[in-house]
Amino acid sequence: MNIFVCVKQVPDTETKIIPSADGSFIETSSIKWIMNPYDEFAVEQALLVQAANAGSTVTVLRVGSSKDTEALRTAMAMGADDAFFVEATDNLDSYSIAKALKGAILKSGKTPDLILTGKQAIDDDCLQVPQILATMMNIPSVTVVVEYSGSATDIVVKREVEGGALEVYGVKLPAMIACNKGINTPRYASLPGIMKAKKKPLTILSLADVGVSEADRRVKYSNFQLPPEKPAGKKFDATDAAKMGAVVKEVVGLLRTEAKVI
Amino acid sequence: MAKILVFTELHGTHVKGVTLEILGKLAGHTVEVAAIGAIPSEATADLAKYGASKIHSLKGANLDKYSPEGYANALHGFIAAGNFDYVFAGATSLGKDLLPRVATKFDAGMASEVTNFIMEGDQFSGTRPLFAGKCFAKVELTGPRPHFVTVRPNALGLNANPTSGAASANDTAVDAGAITAMIKEIVKGASEKLDLTEANIIVSGGRAMKEAANFKILDELANVIGATVGASRAAVDSGFAPHAMQVGQTGKTVAPTLYIACGISGAIQHLAGMRTSKVIVAINTDPDAPIFTKADYGIVGDLFTIVPLLTQEFKNLLGK
Repeated sequence: MNIFVCVKQVPDTETKIIPSADGSFIETSSIKWIMNPYDEFAVEQALLVQAANAGSTVTVLRVGSSKDTEALRTAMAMGADDAFFVEATDNLDSYSIAKALKGAILKSGKTPDLILTGKQAIDDDCLQVPQILATMMNIPSVTVVVEYSGSATDIVVKREVEGGALEVYGVKLPAMIACNKGINTPRYASLPGIMKAKKKPLTILSLADVGVSEADRRVKYSNFQLPPEKPAGKKFDATDAAKMGAVVKEVVGLLRTEAKVI
Repeated sequence: MAKILVFTELHGTHVKGVTLEILGKLAGHTVEVAAIGAIPSEATADLAKYGASKIHSLKGANLDKYSPEGYANALHGFIAAGNFDYVFAGATSLGKDLLPRVATKFDAGMASEVTNFIMEGDQFSGTRPLFAGKCFAKVELTGPRPHFVTVRPNALGLNANPTSGAASANDTAVDAGAITAMIKEIVKGASEKLDLTEANIIVSGGRAMKEAANFKILDELANVIGATVGASRAAVDSGFAPHAMQVGQTGKTVAPTLYIACGISGAIQHLAGMRTSKVIVAINTDPDAPIFTKADYGIVGDLFTIVPLLTQEFKNLLGK
């Protein structure tokens, strides 16, 4: 099977986000980049499917800035065979990214049997690229998948929806599957894996190589700013049993009269 | 004047609340509403009250259950025939999955999960949180129309003075086309309550809940105030609650009117999922817990005594 995994590089959760001076994006110079956490599930799933289907290859794709290629190296250290990197900016919109991914798949010369992604990227939280890519490729897709089983031609996946309910889909490959937490437990890259990853093929492409230009932009972001500072809240000490009742009464009263939410 | 469609989903005999929020925000525009399947009279009445000018019930074979392809094909056909400039939907499980597919069939763009927006004449301009709510940005759409937008539930609020619209629903035949990813069954979730992402009030428990059985005190509080129960990653990873209940990064992003955090320290991954809640109440024994920096009302104390007291006090207040 030809398995493709799309990964995104995102700011580490702990990173402080500062809007750039002109508000056109965020300051990216001091950011620590990591592989999008949901994409780790996608890489792991690709490796599991590869192990179950002899002769399969796992190709990783990434579109983004060249400041760091951490996400691709991590994926290859985990076990992916090769990688394609489309050099771009970090603030492309979902449509352009999906089109670039499709272009990179074409450039690889391989016809995908399975494309895996994380269900969303934690930077823009759009949840769009998997569906756009599948629609552009004209293949079926299921998102927010928490269980995966099946063969090289037919799979069964479970999609998590409201209230923890699961939709069970039967899908014929080729297909695109967007992974949620719970589908597997991603492995850590081993030291030998990290050494080997350095020698694995990494092809670098430009946006022009994959047929994407500024004309493909569909969503424009501007005016990046910090959220309004919340005024300091009120804090009550209810560690003393004698005061507890009064504190709870006061808070419930404030929720009605001051916050007006009850 | 822009021609606007709001795609809605049903929740029992009513439409999902976010649809009414969107309609209220679009007051003054001519807005049509469409749903897949039959629309109950209660839902029609709600839609009319909030200003829907036309209500379309889209019917066709193979649309009784959600399928990404079937719904996308059906909606694409309907929107193309109706020549709409904008299509809005709630950022629900279904809305988030479906709308990007339909948009791509038009080679069009979509703004995800906006928390506010305005229509300046014919132009949409929205606001949305990025980087887990650590910043906000203005979002605009360009390129081929129609333009698509999903709106985060509970973000806009209901319009207190809606202008009413048409009262009846009309059937329109649509074609689901070929479906290759087909639902075989639906496994019911643990909760019949409103999903976390749509809940107006959430009561969440953290590691300090100690064990799964203790979540029943949160359930009792939730039942009194009409809340949905959530959990922190620490509670989920400790096996106290299923992943479907997790709030935060690698869980759900929520924006309720009231969020009550019980025994949650407030790790940055948790804050990422709930910081845009309107009012936050935190209960924790540790006065230095980070959650208190985000809380509007912090109670330093033991949740096992405070939560039952809260339940009783809300009962008194609400006359239950």
